[in-house]
Amino acid sequence: MSDQQSPSIQAVAFQNLEPLPAPVSCPPIIQVRDLRKIFRVGEVDVEALRGVNLDVSRGEFLSIVGTSGSGKSTLFNILGGLTPPTSGSVTINSKDLANMTDAQRNELRKHTVGFVFQKYNLLPTLTAKQNIQIVRDVAGRPIEFDDRFKEVLQMLGIEKRLHHKPRALSGGEQQRVAIARAIVNGPAILLADEPTGNLDSKNSDIVLNLMRDLNKRTGQTILMITHNPEAAAYGDRTVQMRDGKLS
Amino acid sequence: MVNKLIFANLGHRPLRTFLSVLAIGVEVTMILTLVGVSYGTLDASARRARGIGADIFVRPPGSSTISLSSAPMSEKVIPVLGEMPGVTLATGTIIQGIGGFDTIQGVDFPVIDKMASVWRKPGDPEPPAARAGGFKFLAGGPLKDEDDIIVDEFYARQKKLQPGDHIKLINHDWHVAGVYEAGKLARMLVRKDTLQKLTGSEGHISAIYLKLADPSTSDAFVETLKQKLNPGDPEHGYMIYTIEDFTSQLTVNSIPMLKDFIYVVIAVASVVGFIVVFMAMYTAVLERTREIGILKAVGAGPGYILNILFRETLLIAIFGTLFGILLTYGTQFMMAHAVPASLVQETVYGWWGIAACIAIFGALLGTIVPAMRAVKQDATEALSYE
Repeated sequence: MSDQQSPSIQAVAFQNLEPLPAPVSCPPIIQVRDLRKIFRVGEVDVEALRGVNLDVSRGEFLSIVGTSGSGKSTLFNILGGLTPPTSGSVTINSKDLANMTDAQRNELRKHTVGFVFQKYNLLPTLTAKQNIQIVRDVAGRPIEFDDRFKEVLQMLGIEKRLHHKPRALSGGEQQRVAIARAIVNGPAILLADEPTGNLDSKNSDIVLNLMRDLNKRTGQTILMITHNPEAAAYGDRTVQMRDGKLS
Repeated sequence: MVNKLIFANLGHRPLRTFLSVLAIGVEVTMILTLVGVSYGTLDASARRARGIGADIFVRPPGSSTISLSSAPMSEKVIPVLGEMPGVTLATGTIIQGIGGFDTIQGVDFPVIDKMASVWRKPGDPEPPAARAGGFKFLAGGPLKDEDDIIVDEFYARQKKLQPGDHIKLINHDWHVAGVYEAGKLARMLVRKDTLQKLTGSEGHISAIYLKLADPSTSDAFVETLKQKLNPGDPEHGYMIYTIEDFTSQLTVNSIPMLKDFIYVVIAVASVVGFIVVFMAMYTAVLERTREIGILKAVGAGPGYILNILFRETLLIAIFGTLFGILLTYGTQFMMAHAVPASLVQETVYGWWGIAACIAIFGALLGTIVPAMRAVKQDATEALSYE
């Protein structure tokens, strides 16, 4: 399946997806208050986040734009429970990250947060399908896909590329596999860190359209970090990150 | 799913996988070969001791179980013992080491041949139920001249000897008179008087073999003989056994130095296996830093990651053990064909499990440090690892 074929398959697949009801008013799925992160580099303290405040509503597609070194990847890692904050509070789906043990952070990543990375980060020794299945296995769920997820795979245009290893897939295909992997356990939040950073413009458009459609059709909350304003425009809302602060 | 990942990882680095399996295989082979040679050589010695059909075996005071390479006993003892009631045949031999495990044995050939010709297994229903035996010559014939030597088939094959050939041993030129079927005494036999002369042991012997009219009286005869040869202290002095007792002592457990040697080799082999697996898994963890980061990012906890690494090691260790067992058959084949007269290797099935446990335990031990490194790896750093 080439990248060019994806939109037509998408169109077919979307007809099968049930439209979700409009989001109802509820507390933010992500709530960040006065978040600070200080890294120790040698003997110097580097303040990566300097009091970040952020609310993300359930079902929202939020873009965070910032230059390199602005602290957006640090925010991404904290929101995903990959690294702890120095101070401040982060609430994800009503769970406070500050009080979480390592095991609880693992549970968060299994069930609540899915990641899409700039470099796809697929396991090179496994096929595309196995890369998705292993996430099911990690979460302790049956590895076979249900019909609804098969429709998602169709929507992503990768259902015929599942038996290939990452090296046999184009960058766009790899990123779509990564998106499938990120949402296979039905996480409340999809965190995407520069998801189009390694893609050409055509594949970038495909991936961004897919993410937007995923958000609209399934109500998937997406928080995308990018340095590209054009990519950010696919989101419902864009916030700017500069020098460790959001504006 | 974890199994698929493990097999995929092992297949992804075939050379490293092969070298790890090979290293563990060599570890297992070292253990099994050493044990096999120890058991095999001792069993072969026991079989050869039993092969001449003697019932009683007399050794000089203070001699060792595995070596009789000296001649401290007077051969005047032979006729004394031969005249004892119940003894039908008595003969003495002299044994001389010629380097390594090889010995040359001086015999009174007509007597020893006669002893071997009519022999009974202890416990035969109606002694003396005789069966034909004796030295069977595959080529040539018995010892005649004083420079004659007869060799068994394995020694002949290893040294490519035929009747009529000459061989130089203990600074003496021997004429090969015959090649006999293996299983009796040493692999090289010469006339007793010649060997006594060459070693300066005239009138002295290393051991005495007795044949009884009724082998079922062997135990009682041993007690009588102890009283006769060691008056006052029957358990010290001449060492007197039934042939069954003597051969039952030819075991690894009864030879402390051999046992210790086996333990040392096992320890060395285990350390080698440990280091190889440690290096292989350490490299694997380093190489897979990013992949471990990915697994952590999708929620894999320490248990999941440890499960992958230890299961991978277990698989390598199992394959390595199987490979090692196959290699052991290889060493057995090589030893039987390249040096058939030197060492005998047996397949000791009881040690397969022990060697497997040692290999698997060592391999798992070698995985602990790399696995802990993997578990402690920071996910964000791992994900940015190039």
